[in-house]
Amino acid sequence: MSEPGSPVVARRGGSRAVAAFVGNPLSVLGLVIVVVIVLLAVFADFVTPFPDHVGPIGDFAAMSAAPASPYVLGTDAMGRDLFTRIIYGYRLSLIMAVVVLAIATPVGVIVGLVAGYKGGWTDYILMRITDVFLAVPPLVLAMAIMGFLEPTLMNGMLAITAMWWPWYARLVYNVTRAEAQEGYVLAAETVGASTLHILFREILPNCWPSILTKMTLDVGFVILMASSLSFLGLGVQPPTPDLGSMVAEGAKYMPDGWWLSLWPALAILLVVLGFNLVGDGLREAFEAEN
Amino acid sequence: MNWTSIGKRLGAALVVMIGISMLIFAIARVMPGDPARIALGPNASAEQVAALRAERHLDAPLPVQYFEFLKALSRGDLGKSLYTNRPVTTDIAQFLPATLELCIVSAIVMVLLGLPIGILSAHFRGRMPDHLGRLVALIAVCTPAFVWGVILQLFFGYFWPIFPIEGQLMQSTPVPPHVTGFLLVDTLVAGNGAAFLDALYHLVLPATALAMSGLGQCARLTRSNMIEVYDKPYVEMERAYGFRPFRIATRYAFRPAFIPTLTILGLEFAAMLGNAFLVEKVFGWPGLSRYGVEVIIRKDLDAIVGTVLIIAAAFLIMNILVDILVGVVNPRIRLAAGRG
Repeated sequence: MSEPGSPVVARRGGSRAVAAFVGNPLSVLGLVIVVVIVLLAVFADFVTPFPDHVGPIGDFAAMSAAPASPYVLGTDAMGRDLFTRIIYGYRLSLIMAVVVLAIATPVGVIVGLVAGYKGGWTDYILMRITDVFLAVPPLVLAMAIMGFLEPTLMNGMLAITAMWWPWYARLVYNVTRAEAQEGYVLAAETVGASTLHILFREILPNCWPSILTKMTLDVGFVILMASSLSFLGLGVQPPTPDLGSMVAEGAKYMPDGWWLSLWPALAILLVVLGFNLVGDGLREAFEAEN
Repeated sequence: MNWTSIGKRLGAALVVMIGISMLIFAIARVMPGDPARIALGPNASAEQVAALRAERHLDAPLPVQYFEFLKALSRGDLGKSLYTNRPVTTDIAQFLPATLELCIVSAIVMVLLGLPIGILSAHFRGRMPDHLGRLVALIAVCTPAFVWGVILQLFFGYFWPIFPIEGQLMQSTPVPPHVTGFLLVDTLVAGNGAAFLDALYHLVLPATALAMSGLGQCARLTRSNMIEVYDKPYVEMERAYGFRPFRIATRYAFRPAFIPTLTILGLEFAAMLGNAFLVEKVFGWPGLSRYGVEVIIRKDLDAIVGTVLIIAAAFLIMNILVDILVGVVNPRIRLAAGRG
């Protein structure tokens, strides 16, 4: 019998995962995109050329200016630098994604663990509630919730969180159902471990790879959803820079002001793509380790 | 798939549908603010607000309100829209067909483009067409529908103006008499081939924009499933017998590979019903979206509840249809269901 728990084996497995991730140029590209965007967003006050263009007022001498120095991506109808506003838009999107996932993940994980392990009526009721949320297209449910709330950053995050946790419940539920039959869980039950111990100490660690992969992918998809909401005018309100509302606003000036919506649109594509590449890379890395 | 399992599936769908009605009802009633005051606006008198509260049973306890709502629903009454001043069902009947038509055409585009991309990727695994196909699929998945709409409009509507960018028909094309509400059907019923082509022509850009995300998912899943099947011994054997690659791909590998893909088509169609809101805004499509966003901004209670319920119902029906279809295509599930 081999020694699955020995530190040597564990370390070698870890390096195999790293090798799998680094070995895929697409994963590395994704990581570069993500790191650059996060750094730009965090240090937006220092790296953007016109940080004061975040507000409603820009350069009135250069309204709707085509891309040219000093406005590399052009300006909007208020003369505000698009590059600056896109970077601040990234900052807002990333904050939303982190907050949404920080709330939705624990809620979904707990529901999934309990339903998957307990079974019976608990399972039935919790999973039917989950099904209800999954049976409405996410955007429509978020829109409906936003409809009854004021369109603020806080409420936008609330609406997205409300429709996001069920995906984690489903994911963890499926893993838990499979794991609950495994020998190590039966062993823990036999020696009289508490339910809490079994859920969080025995089963949860085996869910982490799937949860982490999904969270990485979801940073991109939460940003996508948030920008969709604000594109419809149901998200963050002006003058706060938001990628979705920038696309919607810019669409009014097509085709002459093509840069107004094209750059924010590509900015959304880039950040979602980056997190997707990293997520796919993580999945492959976890698979390589096992 | 036999009648018992279809019945069970319908039962589960009914439970979920009741849950959805409770959920959306709770959202509509529990949110802060007086719905009657919000609906009538700040200029309405206290008497008007009180009258509306009484009319909608807003003063009764929540379970009573929900019961009244169900009672009306069982008569096919979804209440009245304060925005259009018409029954919500009339509004939805007017706007839903354009949305469904867009989604159905998008679903066709998704399958017609997604499957071949996935099959070619699998066939040329690890080579140039595969890399290209995977990249296209990935970008398709990562881009919101409205971004596709704006990009397609910009490139194929403005820079290289070969497609119309707004509406369902040209101004000069006579609108066919209303039969089903689906323009593609109504123009054919009217026997107007030119109008049919015009409607189809107007569908190209919005349907493509809406199809992109599902198309990417479809291509990715088809690719990985085909690769799995390609590694099976019976495909090896067919290769050894010297069957042509095209025949192996289409006759032997595709069918087992298609079944998992089929199951996600229902989910993708549901996503389309939501994303249609974005695409309709970009292309000025006279579907449920403009109505939906308008009633949401106006806090039009009954209309919001009705719109969400209809979309959820369309989604559930679609998923049941997909389940039944999977059973028909996959003899293993069909047999298992027959035994169970």
